[in-house]
Order: sequence, then structure tokens, then C-alpha cells
Amino acid sequence: MVENRPFLNLLAHLVLMLGVAIVALPLWIAFVASTHGGNDFMSGLVPLWPGDRLVENYGQMLSSGVSTSGMPPVSRMLLNSLVMALAIAIGKISISILSAFAVVYFRFPFRMLAFWTIFVTLMLPVEVRIVPTYKVVADLGMLNSYAGLSIPLIASATATFLFRQVFLTMPDELTEAARIDGAGPMKFFRDILLPLSRTNIAALFVIMFIYGWNQYLWPLLITTDSSMYTIVAGIKRMADVSDAQPQWHLVMATAIMAALPPLLVVVGMQRLFIRGLVETEK
Amino acid sequence: MAGISLDKVGKVYSGNTRAVAGVDLDVQDGEFIVLVGPSGCGKSTLLRMVAGLETVSEGTIRIGDRIVNDMEPADRDIAMVFQNYALYPHMSVFDNLAYGLRNRGTPKAEIVRRVQEGARMLGLEPYLQRRPRALSGGQRQRVAMGRAIVREPAAFLFDEPLSNLDAKLRASMRLEIRLLQRRLGTTALYVTHDQVEAMTLADRLVVLNGGRVEQIGTPLQVYRNPASTFVAGFMGAPPMNLLPAAALPGLGPAATIIGFRPEDAVIDPAGEITLDVLAVEELGAQRLIHGRINGEPATLVFPAETEIGESLRLSIPASALRRFDPATGRAIPG
Repeated sequence: MVENRPFLNLLAHLVLMLGVAIVALPLWIAFVASTHGGNDFMSGLVPLWPGDRLVENYGQMLSSGVSTSGMPPVSRMLLNSLVMALAIAIGKISISILSAFAVVYFRFPFRMLAFWTIFVTLMLPVEVRIVPTYKVVADLGMLNSYAGLSIPLIASATATFLFRQVFLTMPDELTEAARIDGAGPMKFFRDILLPLSRTNIAALFVIMFIYGWNQYLWPLLITTDSSMYTIVAGIKRMADVSDAQPQWHLVMATAIMAALPPLLVVVGMQRLFIRGLVETEK
Repeated sequence: MAGISLDKVGKVYSGNTRAVAGVDLDVQDGEFIVLVGPSGCGKSTLLRMVAGLETVSEGTIRIGDRIVNDMEPADRDIAMVFQNYALYPHMSVFDNLAYGLRNRGTPKAEIVRRVQEGARMLGLEPYLQRRPRALSGGQRQRVAMGRAIVREPAAFLFDEPLSNLDAKLRASMRLEIRLLQRRLGTTALYVTHDQVEAMTLADRLVVLNGGRVEQIGTPLQVYRNPASTFVAGFMGAPPMNLLPAAALPGLGPAATIIGFRPEDAVIDPAGEITLDVLAVEELGAQRLIHGRINGEPATLVFPAETEIGESLRLSIPASALRRFDPATGRAIPG
């Protein structure tokens, strides 16, 4: 099926370039905007080539932020987002891998009921249960805290289901060999299951980290103290100014910085990530 | 080192499916016992009950002088070799061998000594740092054996360990397993559906069918004097010829089944039996003759140079004849 015709090659490349342009142009404009001064946008014409304020704009955002709008420095928001995303990713993986382990390897009463209960929560994302969740978190005094940011998002039916499928593909003989070798359940989990799920854990970590990093509605709702703002919610607050011009160059600098960490995670874990998604051999 | 004794052992799965019924077996210390039978005969279930991977529904299992019915596999002092090897894919060969010892809290120096010794015995020394993935099928099989050996258990349990190997490797590993077991003097229970493996390895054979023991005996006893038509038809390739006595007049009382091994018929121009030849298969050293005696199918084995015509006159020495009850299939003594 591999044909080699110049015309088709050209067409394929054109389609691909168009696709790249559609994805990349907004990013490019954001980057260009972040390198100009604040007045360059007043004319209504958006410049298409980088300006000369790159170091200045980014430096200002990282160190002091937009003090007039009551925003903390971007470095603070990056830290908050990082803590939240890591807590969500690691929390989700730890909880779901343990529940999948319980569901697959132990026979206890109402086992399938437990599994299906977990599964049904797929139908209840944060947005649906946001008001009762807010009430619970507020009553527990977890507003404006890292715990409040991450714990309500930490359970994951998707991850539990994924680990369940991974565990179901492990050969029974491996479990039996470990039993004969005198490995108790937790030892088996630590010595055999964890290392063998390594690539799946990595793939899930990437997905969950980005999920956590991109959380918007929940952090917006429960953080009122500016020192707890996360970056994604922070951008919104920054653009939302009354009686003044939005500082687009600074907003864009923040947006670019917000986009970098997930990118680094994906690039850094790319090889493990792809292996985790496609590998079937055990 | 210890013997294994099974007393009226049975297995009933939920839903009242019976897999094994009333098996009595006494395995002497150091003996090599092969459980053989067609698939679904309960041989693997029986082995897994001894291993502790299946619960025992009926009867008692003793290893040495301990009743092990409710003991964890790890506490039974046994080692098992699986059909698909079940090596830990993320551990080196060394760690695969050492894992069971580590879990038992064996001192480090002792682990190293035993693993080295086991690796030397099996020719695995150059591969100790490799992952199972980087080994051939035969080498993986050796690692699985090594894992059993380093444990120095009271008994080895083999669950069709050679089924995943090619024919040539299977023959050489078979011999190796036998020699190793002799040298170590460890009791062995070995499950296979391959009757050649069963004949060559066993001190004693246990032939199973439908969850019941058909016959227990040395390979030659089982081969020469099968206890039932099932055993006669299962052991030996080609199997024993089983013909109704009506087809072989004068060789036995009517209403019995007469059995004789394919190699026991003799070409005899004065013989009373006529075989109509249907096909001849060349095996190199031998020729396999398929034909009919009075309309009943029979298979014979003759040396390669034997002249074969359209039909053969045969006689069968009386000592080679076995008789079976057609109703029960059991052998009729005498």
C-alpha cells in the first residue's frame, strides 16, 4: 500500500503543514505577544514577529507578577500547580493500583460490587459534583490548601480500570510461582506487579499529571488566597481586570510558562509513555 | 527429602464438577513418579493440589510425615516447574533463582553458593546476569529447573515442563531431568500427556482417566500388562491392538476383547490369522503396517526389510495375548 507518487507526497505534506499551522499558530502568536511591550496591542494589529521585551516580560512575571491586580509572582503559581499536579498524579496512581490489586487478586464479599461502584464514578466528574464537594471540602477546612486542591480529584476509576486490565494480562503462573517462592501478597505486589507495571505507571503518570495541571474550575472555586492560586486559574484572573487594559503581553508570557511543564513531562517520559500504551508482551 | 502420600484425594469444583476422585498413591522418598493421561483427566489438578495451588476437597495429602492439606505452598517444602516457565521477566537469572531463597531469609553467602552451584549444574553460569527475555526456550527451561533446584526442596513438581520445547530439545532435556533427579535423589512428581516422556522418565507411572487412577506400575508393567483397555490404548505408539475375540478365532473365549502389541505378531505362513494390508508407513528402522483382521482394524510393526504383500499370514505367541472384559474394560487375569 505504500505508493510513491510526487503529487500524493506533495498533497500529504500540504495537509500535514496545514495541520501543524492550525495547532502552532496560536502558540506562536502567544509567544510573539509575550515579547512585546504592553502598548503594542493598542493599535488593534497583532504583530507577527517577536519583539525585544522577552527577558523583561518574563523576568517581571517570574519575580513580582502584576502587583496591581493582586496576583502572586508566576513562580509561586507554578509551584502551586506543580504540587497540585504531582499530588493528583501520584495519588491517583497509588490509590488506583492498590484498588485494582485488591479487585483482581483477592476474593472478598461484594468484590464485583466494589469494582462496579468504582466504575460508575466515571459518570460523576468533578463538574457534576462540584457543589457538594465544595461543601465537604469547606467543612473540613481544606479551602486554600494543597490538600483541598488535590484530594477531591485523587480517586480515579479510569486508572483503576486500566490497572485491572494490566493485572488481568499477567500470567497466573507468575502469581503461583511467587506463592511457591514464599512471596506474600504485599511482597508479590512490590516485587513482581509494580516492576511489571512500570511502563503503564509512567503512561498514566503523564496523562494524570497533565489532567491535574490543567485543572481550572476546581482551583478557581476553592482558592481565594492569592498565594494558593494555580497558574491555569491564575491566567484567567489576570486577564479579567476592571477599569484597565488587560496586560496581554504579560498574560501571554504567563500562558507560555504554564504550557512548558506538561510539555517537559511529555517529552521527558515519551519513550516510557508510548511503551506503556502499546506494549502487550509480558 | 521425603515421600508423598495421597489418601483418597478428590477434587470437586464449585458447580459439582468432579475433576479428581479417590486417588491413593504412595510415593517413596527419591522416587520419580509420572502422572500421565489425556487432557482433562485431572493430572494437573492432582499436581496442583499437592503444590497447594488448589484446595483439597477430599482426602489427605502428606509430604514427609506432615499433613499439608491446609498449608500454604511456600510452607510445603516443594518446588514447581511450570509449563510456560513462569520466570520473573524483570529479574536477572540470578535474581530469579535467588528470589525464593531471599523470601525465606536464607543468608546472603548461602544464596550465592546455592545459586552458583545450581547454575553450574545446569550450565547457566554465563547467563546469570541476563534477563529471561534474552534467553532461548531451552535456557529458560533450565532457569525454571534451577529455581526448583536451589530451593533444595523435599519434592519437585513438574507440570508439563517440556511441552513448549521443540522435539529435539525435548528429548535431550528429558534425559537431563532424569539424570539430575537421580543425582539429587529428590522425590519427583511429573505431569505429562506425552506417553514417551512418561515411559522414559518414570520409576512408576500413574495412568489417569476421567479423574480416576487406571493403573499404577513401572513403565514395563504398564506396557506389558495394561490393567484396562484404556491403558492399553493410551500407552505405546502405535497402541496395543484391541480386537473382539470373534475376529481371532481360537485365541480366547468368545465375548472378550483380545489385545496384543503391534510388535508381537509374527509372520508365519502356517499362521491362522490373515491380515489384509491397507497401508504401509515407513519409519526408517521399521515399517508400520495398517490393515484389517476379519474386518477389524489392526496395526503391526515389522523390521524395515520385511516383504509385505497384499495380505499376511500371522501367528501371535500365546504369551503376548492379553484379555479384557468388554463390559468393564478391565483386564482378565491369566
